[in-house]
Amino acid sequence: MLEKVRNPNIDTSKKVIYIRGLRKAFDENVILKGVDLDLYKGENLVVLGRSGTGKSVLIKIISGLLSADTGEVNVLGQDVCCITRKELDALRLKIGFSFQNSALYDSMTVKENLEFPLVRHSKHMTEQERDKLIDTVLDAVGLRQSINQMPAELSGGQRKRIGIARTLILRPEIMLYDEPTAGLDPITCIEINNLINEVQERFNTSSIIITHDLTCARAVGDRVAMLLDGEFKREGTFDEVFDTNDKRVQAFYNYNFID
Amino acid sequence: MFLELARVYAFIARFWREVFFPPYEFKEIIKQCYEVGVRSLPLISVTGFIIGIVFTNQSRPSLQDFGATSLLPALISVAIIRAIGPLVTAIIASGRVGSSIGAELGSMRVTEQIDAMEVSATNPYKFLVVSRVLATTLMIPALTMYTTLVSLLGGYLNVHQFEQTTIVTFFYQVFDAITFLDIIASSVKSVLFGFTIGMVGCYKGYYSSKGTEGVGKAANTSVVTAMFLLFVEELIVMQVINAIRGI
Ligand SMILES: Nc1ncnc2c1ncn2[C@@H]1O[C@H](COP(=O)(O)OP(=O)(O)O)[C@@H](O)[C@H]1O
Ligand SMILES: [Mg+2]
Repeated sequence: MLEKVRNPNIDTSKKVIYIRGLRKAFDENVILKGVDLDLYKGENLVVLGRSGTGKSVLIKIISGLLSADTGEVNVLGQDVCCITRKELDALRLKIGFSFQNSALYDSMTVKENLEFPLVRHSKHMTEQERDKLIDTVLDAVGLRQSINQMPAELSGGQRKRIGIARTLILRPEIMLYDEPTAGLDPITCIEINNLINEVQERFNTSSIIITHDLTCARAVGDRVAMLLDGEFKREGTFDEVFDTNDKRVQAFYNYNFID
Repeated sequence: MFLELARVYAFIARFWREVFFPPYEFKEIIKQCYEVGVRSLPLISVTGFIIGIVFTNQSRPSLQDFGATSLLPALISVAIIRAIGPLVTAIIASGRVGSSIGAELGSMRVTEQIDAMEVSATNPYKFLVVSRVLATTLMIPALTMYTTLVSLLGGYLNVHQFEQTTIVTFFYQVFDAITFLDIIASSVKSVLFGFTIGMVGCYKGYYSSKGTEGVGKAANTSVVTAMFLLFVEELIVMQVINAIRGI
């Protein structure tokens, strides 16, 4: 199993995301009980956790799709809870969000999907410049031939990659990947893992990768954090996280590598 | 329940806040107008035409009892222009357009496409809801006019067959029987119907619950709720018009 070589360009003096004491509940159901998290410039942070532990909720709060109950959520120097709609939109352009099920717009072709954010936010761009940018990101995800296909005609792995391309097109500083390898075959998983690392290198992005796939965690994570009972109970390199007597952490490890 | 009402109110209020301010999603509006208007034409043509024929045919015996079949064009005119045209169009549109809006937005909600728009700093309400509500509000009155005309033609064919009335006489009697107020009332009504169908479909889809079941439910409740509201509105508009007539 491939272990990731730590990205040399990580700048630990620069925090792009800074979260302290984040709490979130839906009615009586407390999901996040006090999450602290730092993401450094250029770093890939893997967030591990079982289904339903609130991993998706966490990144939805970071991108402002959900709001925190209490706690500080600071993204690129701005407090997400307390900014205006306009500021939030400006911030969102710097955050790429790759959804668990890709969330491609079904009624549009791949090209229209990629254009969608561009025509709205880069109005000064000519059509040639737009097309060139579309080709660049399609090359980056290796799917240039699919430009005129509809999302329904693509495989799961291709949809994921187009979803990633759609977020890359705005040159985000932060990437949030929600279970990028879930439901894909092992070979496609490796391709997606490589893509995540390539994106980090090429565009110098900082990323949070949510997953419960340890192969993916090990292949892409500069640092790993594990969400248990609404808190980050363990954090460090992949091996550090699993070097523990905590039964639940061990169970997580064993469950992933039954073979 | 009260929370739901507050959410409905906020949803409708947001439409009025956003419809007048740029950016405008012209391309999407036109696409939706085409979807609502042009794509409904075949169904509405057939239905309107048949209703015209059937309604005329079924009304004849009661007039015959009084030897008053010459009043048939006037009767058809009043019935079709005042009530049947707008209502039939709206019912068909809510079945065809309302349900598909509910299902489309519902599945976009469920598969996080609406969230994806949001995080790419695009206003999904404006792109999806405003464009669709505008489309139904504009196209359903247009469709109503068309249905009314087609129904009247159906009625004419039937009258022509039995009473040998010419088309000129027929339409002369048709327009003689109605007033300007009738036309205004019907137009207002169909604008209201269009707005209702679009709003209900969008609301149900936009707040669809998660899961594939949520999509089906959104489509289904869009139609049921819209139809219910259409009849309530029909009743209210009728009362208002009667009150105006009474003055
Ligand atoms: N919008 C919501 N409303 C109510 N409950 C929610 C909502 N979103 C998530 N939850 C609940 O929060 C919990 C965590 O969800 P999620 O973050 O999606 O888990 P995961 O870690 O698998 O991504 C789940 O139990 C889910 O039921
Ligand atoms: Mg999740």
